[in-house]
Amino acid sequence: MELKATDVSFKYPSAKEYLLKDVNIELDNNKIMGLIGDSGSGKSTLCKILSSYITNYEGSVSFDGNPLPKKGFKPIQLIYQHPEKVMNPKWRMSQVLKESWDVTDEDLEEFGIQKSWLNRFPQELSGGELQRFSVLRSLNPNTKFLIADEMTTMLDAITQVQILDSVLKVVKKRKMGFLLVSHDMDLVDTICDDKIYFKDINGV
Amino acid sequence: MEKVLDVENVSISFMQYTKGLNQRDLQVISDLTLDISEGEILAVLGSSGSGKSLLAHAIFGILPENANQMGKIKYKGKELSQADKEELRGKDIVLVPQSVNFLDPLMKISDQAIGHTETDEEKKEKKLKQREIFQQYNLGPEVDEMYPYQLSGGMARRVLVSTALLSEPKLVVADEPTPGLDEKTVQETLNHFKQMKKDGIGVLLITHDIHAALEVADRIGIFYSGYVIEIAENKDFSGDGENLLHPYTKALYKALPKNGFELIKGHQPLHGEIQQGCPYYDRCEMKFDRCKDERPELIDLGNKKVRCFKYEEEA
Ligand SMILES: Nc1ncnc2c1ncn2[C@@H]1O[C@H](COP(=O)(O)OP(=O)(O)OP(=O)(O)O)[C@@H](O)[C@H]1O
Ligand code: SF4
Ligand SMILES: [Mg+2]
Repeated sequence: MELKATDVSFKYPSAKEYLLKDVNIELDNNKIMGLIGDSGSGKSTLCKILSSYITNYEGSVSFDGNPLPKKGFKPIQLIYQHPEKVMNPKWRMSQVLKESWDVTDEDLEEFGIQKSWLNRFPQELSGGELQRFSVLRSLNPNTKFLIADEMTTMLDAITQVQILDSVLKVVKKRKMGFLLVSHDMDLVDTICDDKIYFKDINGV
Repeated sequence: MEKVLDVENVSISFMQYTKGLNQRDLQVISDLTLDISEGEILAVLGSSGSGKSLLAHAIFGILPENANQMGKIKYKGKELSQADKEELRGKDIVLVPQSVNFLDPLMKISDQAIGHTETDEEKKEKKLKQREIFQQYNLGPEVDEMYPYQLSGGMARRVLVSTALLSEPKLVVADEPTPGLDEKTVQETLNHFKQMKKDGIGVLLITHDIHAALEVADRIGIFYSGYVIEIAENKDFSGDGENLLHPYTKALYKALPKNGFELIKGHQPLHGEIQQGCPYYDRCEMKFDRCKDERPELIDLGNKKVRCFKYEEEA
């Protein structure tokens, strides 16, 4: 399985200058990759392009040689640093999960989610509790590739190990691809097989 | 040094409707106790959901309606009522918010930093001061006229910090100020806290970033499941963690990528589970018989504090 961006350039409509210029990156499911870079440098924007949340870019992104589907389920799932921003505040957590897939009790247990949390609204959970939901939500059986953008930055060190351990188990079992975006060099060195420095691939 | 903040045995519960009109009180914070002196930085680390953000909200009097808080929060030795909190917040006590979302996207930076003013004179005065502080934080005059979307991440953070300092606060509470920032920006943010310390301001730094905490904090408070379980000195977080006292603190230290990335099982007790004994009982490897039913109090060991029976004799 191969996720490939070719000569991707992008500029936000309100900005004067390009944020991404001629970015090329190739990822597969044989290696766990780490992406490292400065804040505000455009890593998160690239992640959104790779997962087809942003579509008005120049250049191309392909998955196993085909363009990414424009509609319907996104096989490349993105986990954000701030889960509260992407959850409907009017939905209970059970609905938030159900919208993506039917998780089992074992899944809840593996990701340390208490059943009573399912009846709450997003704003009634702490940052770390919410992140467990957003990780599990992204692990829909049709997900082929997972991009974790500063996924564990909001978590304490013990929870970070637990969640990454659970995610990597699933990733390996289902032979999914995994890209970890992080500013934490120790973490990247611990988890990833290889790393890419964002400034080396961005031509701005 | 005078104490600026005392948090004494604070507990917080939420009234929740279960079925129909049945209500129940869900206790999420059981016993938080800590203190900060002038010119001191106390960092708070802890498991996710342990109550760090709620403590910040309690200090500012911005808990949700259905919350019920007990215990005392004192500013300079005086217990604060809700009215006192409303009076002091934004003046003597300020919050450096985590998220840039706190900035109003439709308002110019300088205008929102200055905030509401009654007279033109007051406005002029505040404007002068704003420029002065912004300049100290390397924000040139052009920034005053910008809108939030025109700021880079690092600039936005400097705006949040300098805006907080405009009112010459005595106590600054920062909730997760560093996540997602690159090393250079983290360093810059930490330098701001060091400067506040020099200026005699007390700082409560809530963070998951142990490295950041260790770089600036004098003492570190550890939260677990709504309790303060240890208050350690900065220097205790070194070597193998042998000077740390509570088993949870040791585990937290060893879970860091560079200290072994050790996985430990289990999670904090479920909400609403009535716990009689030690909150860490389920996961503890050295538990004693009494730990199951008896709850340890926070033991004062001079500069440090710990909530664990193992240290009772030493006190
Ligand atoms: N409005 C609410 N109603 C019920 N429970 C709540 C509410 N707000 C927070 N809680 C619960 O209180 C506990 C403490 O929450 P808090 O946000 O303070 O955690 P935290 O220590 O800041 O965690 P994190 O590190 O994950 O941000 C959590 O378990 C959360 O689920
Ligand atoms: S009081 Fe007992 S159960 Fe709790 S941490 Fe200490 S030894 Fe472990
Ligand atoms: Mg929090």
